[in-house]
Amino acid sequence: MSHSHPLHDFRAASSHAAQDPNQRHNTRAAMDFLMQRRAAQFPDADELSRLRDLGQKIRQRALSQLPALLETLEARCNANGIQVHWADTPAEACDIIAKLMQQANSQEIIKGKSMVSEEIELNHYLEAQGMTALESDMGEFIVQLAHEKPSHIIMPAIHKTKVDIAHLFHDELPRTPYTEDVDELIQIGRHALRQRFFTAKVGLSGVNVAVAETGTLVLVENEGNGRLTTSAPEMHIAITGIEKVVEKLSDVPPILSLLTRSATGQPITTYVNMISSPRKAGEKDGPQQVHLVLLDNGRSQAYADLQLRETLQCIRCGACMNHCPVYTRIGGHAYGTTYPGPIGKIISPHLLGLDDTKDLPSASTLCGACSEVCPVRIPIPELLLRLRQESVTPENEPNHPHTVRGQGAKYRATEKWLWRSWARIYSKPALYRASRFAATRLRGLLPHDVGAWTIARAKPQPAAKSLHELVAEYQATQGNQP
Amino acid sequence: MTSPTRPQTVYLFGTCIVDLFFPTAGISAIKLLEREGIRVRYPQEQSCCGQPAYSSGYLAEARTVAAAQIAVFPGDEPIVVLSGSCAGMMKHHYPSLFDGLPQQTQARAFAARIYELTEFLTKVLDIKLCDLGQPVEIALHTSCAARREMGVRDTSLALLNQLDKVVLKQHDHEAECCGFGGTFSVRHPHISAAMVEDKTSALKACGVQQVVSADCACLLNINGALEKQGASLRGQHIADFLWQRTQHVEAKQ
Repeated sequence: MSHSHPLHDFRAASSHAAQDPNQRHNTRAAMDFLMQRRAAQFPDADELSRLRDLGQKIRQRALSQLPALLETLEARCNANGIQVHWADTPAEACDIIAKLMQQANSQEIIKGKSMVSEEIELNHYLEAQGMTALESDMGEFIVQLAHEKPSHIIMPAIHKTKVDIAHLFHDELPRTPYTEDVDELIQIGRHALRQRFFTAKVGLSGVNVAVAETGTLVLVENEGNGRLTTSAPEMHIAITGIEKVVEKLSDVPPILSLLTRSATGQPITTYVNMISSPRKAGEKDGPQQVHLVLLDNGRSQAYADLQLRETLQCIRCGACMNHCPVYTRIGGHAYGTTYPGPIGKIISPHLLGLDDTKDLPSASTLCGACSEVCPVRIPIPELLLRLRQESVTPENEPNHPHTVRGQGAKYRATEKWLWRSWARIYSKPALYRASRFAATRLRGLLPHDVGAWTIARAKPQPAAKSLHELVAEYQATQGNQP
Repeated sequence: MTSPTRPQTVYLFGTCIVDLFFPTAGISAIKLLEREGIRVRYPQEQSCCGQPAYSSGYLAEARTVAAAQIAVFPGDEPIVVLSGSCAGMMKHHYPSLFDGLPQQTQARAFAARIYELTEFLTKVLDIKLCDLGQPVEIALHTSCAARREMGVRDTSLALLNQLDKVVLKQHDHEAECCGFGGTFSVRHPHISAAMVEDKTSALKACGVQQVVSADCACLLNINGALEKQGASLRGQHIADFLWQRTQHVEAKQ
């Protein structure tokens, strides 16, 4: 998003990560655990299939009337006393939040888990303004303490082992003895986090579902920090993408059931927060002000195209990354985007432009493990194919609507020429016959090392005779014609 | 899916990878089909389904190659394909590839005639196999397209389960991709290498003498890695495996 950073080199970072045995081992173990947790939640394939159908319908129904639902959401929120702010860009969202903090006369903000706050790089922005963001989610706290970014949208610190965390707490938290005992580490973390709620005047959270009908903000979490963040400080700021809205309150239970079972393998989270207003007269707790920041940041671009719109169905469960063989090999940081994994590959080009994400759409075997588990049936491989088409279609291509920023980022005249030649050979039997003949008869000339292929494999060895030839010979012996 | 009536004649689509790297699989498939009393036609003008260009984003080039294939398989006989991945391309992607173009009707009709080999042998021919081979332990690798797009893992299993001296063993993370992915394997070689390393480790660890698959693109990847590692284990196309274990016997019709 912010172009102050050097462009992330996905190819270099992913190659490096794929060759790191510790990273590979840890990520695989973590993903295996999450896959098993999810599988245990869905023992009945038919029930799962019906629920996914329902989830898909709810999300598609919401997106089909998105502008109207957003207006309803704003009106209902206003009626409930929740002030709604619109942000086109990350910078606008950060600015809105900083101004609200100034209004509350606060230099610090305590944060529940919010991937949209990562997307807008809020912590970075506030630090540059001399303000402080305090993470209250355990995973986010660990990541912040280590000066890193989340590697997973649900488990931000999943790349860290307990030994990493033991060292981190011992080194970074005052008077903390070294321990590798998980329960002790959790207690150390909780103690450090709880202190923060005594002073914070502004709390920030994400939103899992925003309900247009009632103006309700739904937030699920397991640590209770979300509830504290949204109720203890005087001001609560919720931030979310414009796509998170659903039409009706009755849409919420199926979405939450799909979300928590797919994400962490829980039938329900420890806390389910339904926030519908600031503290009312006579109530003893709750914030005096509630604000909702609705962020676009490229989502309208995805919305404008009927196929790409399916990207916005996502409910951010992370199951696609847990099941992705690429994510499992390279981990979340290699992507260099807020949202890693399969969903990251299809949403990031809208947030950042294809020019900044040009190596993401190709970084998939299109194996379909992601779409097989997606709770709202996003056809991720099809969307990757579409983004590949957009990346190799030059910007000035006639009769091609310009729908994705950075279209043509991977276009190279030489590559286009190669595919044209390829198409000529494979559509002209005489040319194909000649190339087949060359491949089989000259196979001995192939060098031992054929570039990227032979990193992990012996060179491919064409047969002495092609199937075309073998069939002709076979048919001659059988005395029949093709 | 309802089983269509048993045809007298079928077409064979060999695929470009079988053509160059695993050609005996095509001959084995022809012999398996002929033994069932089916006449097999193999148009010499066939080449490739177009998937390499299609999955790289080059739709026009994929369309050129796809149209050339459609043209050389006239009539309404079933087209039996020696790969779940290429069958998936022809069955599920050809119709949208020609979306809004005059050839779309033709592409749809063509797609409806596509069968993956194991699917055709079980669902259409209801083939009965008699195992004449030595006892052997094998692992089955199912391509992602065969498993998820074509839904034909079960038909490979059904065929192998008919062979009573073949013990099928599971390998770790069996449902996971082998890491080929067409141009992915050279565009992102280290990710692909990590995937095929894990796949071959799992196959070696399950202690089988042989790997069988109905997709030669995966086998090109898996066998290439096994060869580089100096392992003796290799993968074979299921058509070769089935033919070798059942030849010299007239299967009952």
